[in-house]
Amino acid sequence: MSTYPLLSLAIWIPIVAGLVVLATGNDRNAPLARMLALVGAIAGFFVTIPLWTGFDPANGGMQFVELHNWIPRFNINYHLGVDGISMLFVVLNAFITIIVVAAGWEVIENKVAQYNAAFLIMSGLMNGIFTSLDGVLFYVFFEASLIPMYLIIGVWGGPNRVYAAFKFFLYTLFGSLLFLVALMYLFVQSGGSFSILEWHKLPLGLSPQIWLFLAFLVAFAVKVPMWPVHTWLPDAHVEAPTGGSIVLAAIALKLGAYGFLRFSLPIAPDASHELSSLVIALSLIAVVYIGFVALVQADMKKLVAYSSIAHMGFVTLGFFMFSAMGIEGALVQMISHGFVSGAMFFCIGVMYDRVHSRQIADYGGVVNTMPKFAALFMLFTMANAGLPATSGFVGEFMVILGAVKLNFWVAFAAASSMVLGAAYSLWMYKRVIFGDVANDHVKELTDINGREFLILSVLAICTLWMGIYPQPFTDVMHASVNDLLRHVAISKIQ
Amino acid sequence: MFDNFVVPDLLPAAPEIFVAVMALAILLIDLLVKDSRRTAIFALTQLTLVGAAVIQFMTSTGEVSYTFSNMFVDDLMSDLLKLFLYMTVLVVMFYSRGYVLDREAMNKGEYYVLALFATLGMMVMISANSFVTIYVGLELLSLSLYAMVAMNRDSVVSTEAAMKYFVLGALASGLLLYGMSMIYGATGSLEITGIAERLYAGDANKTVLVFGLVFLVSGLAFKLGVVPFHMWIPDVYHGAPTSVTLFIGSAPKLAAFAIVMRLLVNGLITLAQDWQAMLIILSVLSMAIGNLAAIAQTNLKRMLAYSAISHMGFMLLGITTGVVSGDARYALNAYSSAMFYVVAYVLTTAAAFGMILMMAHAGFEADNLDDYKGLNRRSPWFAGIMLMVMFSMAGIPFFVGFFAKFSVLQAVVAAGYMWLAIVAVLFSLIGAFYYLRVVKLMYFDAPADDSPLQATTDMRILISANGLAVALLGLFPQVIMSLCAYALLRSL
Repeated sequence: MSTYPLLSLAIWIPIVAGLVVLATGNDRNAPLARMLALVGAIAGFFVTIPLWTGFDPANGGMQFVELHNWIPRFNINYHLGVDGISMLFVVLNAFITIIVVAAGWEVIENKVAQYNAAFLIMSGLMNGIFTSLDGVLFYVFFEASLIPMYLIIGVWGGPNRVYAAFKFFLYTLFGSLLFLVALMYLFVQSGGSFSILEWHKLPLGLSPQIWLFLAFLVAFAVKVPMWPVHTWLPDAHVEAPTGGSIVLAAIALKLGAYGFLRFSLPIAPDASHELSSLVIALSLIAVVYIGFVALVQADMKKLVAYSSIAHMGFVTLGFFMFSAMGIEGALVQMISHGFVSGAMFFCIGVMYDRVHSRQIADYGGVVNTMPKFAALFMLFTMANAGLPATSGFVGEFMVILGAVKLNFWVAFAAASSMVLGAAYSLWMYKRVIFGDVANDHVKELTDINGREFLILSVLAICTLWMGIYPQPFTDVMHASVNDLLRHVAISKIQ
Repeated sequence: MFDNFVVPDLLPAAPEIFVAVMALAILLIDLLVKDSRRTAIFALTQLTLVGAAVIQFMTSTGEVSYTFSNMFVDDLMSDLLKLFLYMTVLVVMFYSRGYVLDREAMNKGEYYVLALFATLGMMVMISANSFVTIYVGLELLSLSLYAMVAMNRDSVVSTEAAMKYFVLGALASGLLLYGMSMIYGATGSLEITGIAERLYAGDANKTVLVFGLVFLVSGLAFKLGVVPFHMWIPDVYHGAPTSVTLFIGSAPKLAAFAIVMRLLVNGLITLAQDWQAMLIILSVLSMAIGNLAAIAQTNLKRMLAYSAISHMGFMLLGITTGVVSGDARYALNAYSSAMFYVVAYVLTTAAAFGMILMMAHAGFEADNLDDYKGLNRRSPWFAGIMLMVMFSMAGIPFFVGFFAKFSVLQAVVAAGYMWLAIVAVLFSLIGAFYYLRVVKLMYFDAPADDSPLQATTDMRILISANGLAVALLGLFPQVIMSLCAYALLRSL
């Protein structure tokens, strides 16, 4: 095991790099800012690789742990660590950061330094969320990450960006403030500890567990987002610049889902069992109802945003079946969705940069002018629909298998997403890509350049790798997921 | 005739004596200074504050010592609060310098002398152990402030604000005095420690006491500026010259916290059940009205005024949770969290008004929200500083305001007032909206004019330092937090 504080590096390298990029100042130094941002993102990714290669899959506990006093007055510690559940997200986040910096390379010409700095700082903060083992540290990262996203949407967003930025910020803040009160309650109940791992062991009666669970639910459901608190997401996605959409879909949505596994299930296991039917119902609504909503969207970004909500419904569904198959399937789905939705938003961004429209109706016959792009876009659309041999299939299939064991009708409803997913994804693809050249804009399209091709191919390789050979991803999860399930099976009521 | 006269121990009051002497001296020296810039007066004022801090530091024993027949107390809480006070006034004076120089009517030696007298008043309030001392300190502060608000005497709004402040302030003093006289009647003592002893013995008339308490709390609420005694705050903040608004909005909060502690906690802790209930109402109302009304403002000073109301309401939460059903176990935790809140608030608010002062120049007040449009394009650095200040006020990490809210909320939850914590966070959610709006103006909107910021170098450095302090104390709040806790531990 490495002696370097890898997790600290994974958090602080991007943040410091972001500050350095910020120091390059105005747009005269834009090429330098881009270069520095790329170097920072790559450096941040490289320090996360040893997390995966050096990870001990047999150990279900926390690894690469760092523990320092931070605020002894309230017994708050700088306590970091990853297990099989969180480790992959750190790697994914660092990876997506490179994609995002590359995605904005020529596209963003206004306040380049601030743009890249916001993404780098955001990336560091999100690594902090995935690795925090102290409740306050987690919360601090969780809330601080709102600031860069607020600015990304508001400064580089579309025409209605102000509304979307405020909605994003206030929705999420609403959830997390109740979460803060829950953290303080746990602090008092545990006799003065903010350690998440201590809280896992803390015995609690059913009624406090239910209140805690509901507080967590509000915070994480907004972030995931679950139906009916999902309405901020389509607005945020539509208005955000391409990079913002990629980070939002690929990483930020995972924070809420991750919170369920780190807080809700282990801290309030009895309440989780008690209220699992509520969460399963909300998840199924997300899968089925939002699937239909996605079908009728005229705006491509909105369509993918709704499809994200439906996919995240699968994730929460998988968590609350309390089976290894369900949780691992959900985790695989989260990572796969990171690649696929990131790629989908990037593809839409590629078209938007050329035509400046996201309306499906403004396109048609793109394959005639952008054949390379059409081929790659096809792959991601298929993955979004959950086609076998793509990463999208593995997670959905595992969750549906888990659901069959639980209840046939739940599985049936969940499986309908396979049909709906195929319907909205492929129908959009058909209308945009196939057919005759629809208008002059499409006629003048140029195929993707080297940079875009590189980004899409890397994402394509990841999608296929995970679809064909998901074992390296699932191997690291087993021990931690089994530990979690054993823990959740034991009642905390005394 | 003077047989009984014992020369009091002057050492605990050495900083007060020093400031008083210096203020008088500066008043005289000012007559001899012809230079219109009055650099000497400014420098002497700042030296006085530094000198007071040094004396404070040298004479601090860490023990609780009484002097002037128990009317004056020097303990670690007062030492710490006074040190924060000197620092605040020092920074405030630096911030005001350019603003005052730009305005003929205010560029007088009296400006600095009044500030020093106000500081002296606050020092006396912080160290008061008797109703009389509190009242003397309070009036010294208030009278100096009335004059400072009216200093820009050709301005109609300033004059109006001063009148309003004076009339309402006098009313508040009346309420306070009335409450004090009631409590004196019930306990037969003017000394705070004496009152506490009487109350502990339990032979005072409860009806008269509670009657007096209501007036006392009303008077305090007036001075703190919490709902429903907040009417003067927006008008005075708005009408006063910005440098005076900064003064009123920062340092007196420290002194107000001190007299709340002295009167309610040191003196009337046995009545905690009664005054805590009153403070909860005041606090919830302040958070509600302050945050909601701030949304409707188009003037930054007015917005910060309503924000001050809500912040003081939040701070009171910490004080309401010290005693839970007769159990004072949580007292230290609760009061030190409130103290940390005040210190963090003063630091943040100084930076906010400092920004207004920096943006302002002769003939331009920079106090409309729209004046901040597109600041990010004009000066990314100062837009960044203002962003930190706004997020700190909204209680978003990693800024000091978050940990201030955190420590108070923690005290509220520890005391078992779960509903109060939830109410408090919901109102901070509403509050976040108008702070976000300032950030929106600076970052999302285009500037009215693209001209780069004009500001002096020292102003730039000071604002930057203040803004970075907001961020650094957010990353490492432990030092100040534990200082507050330690000071209260040694003083209560």
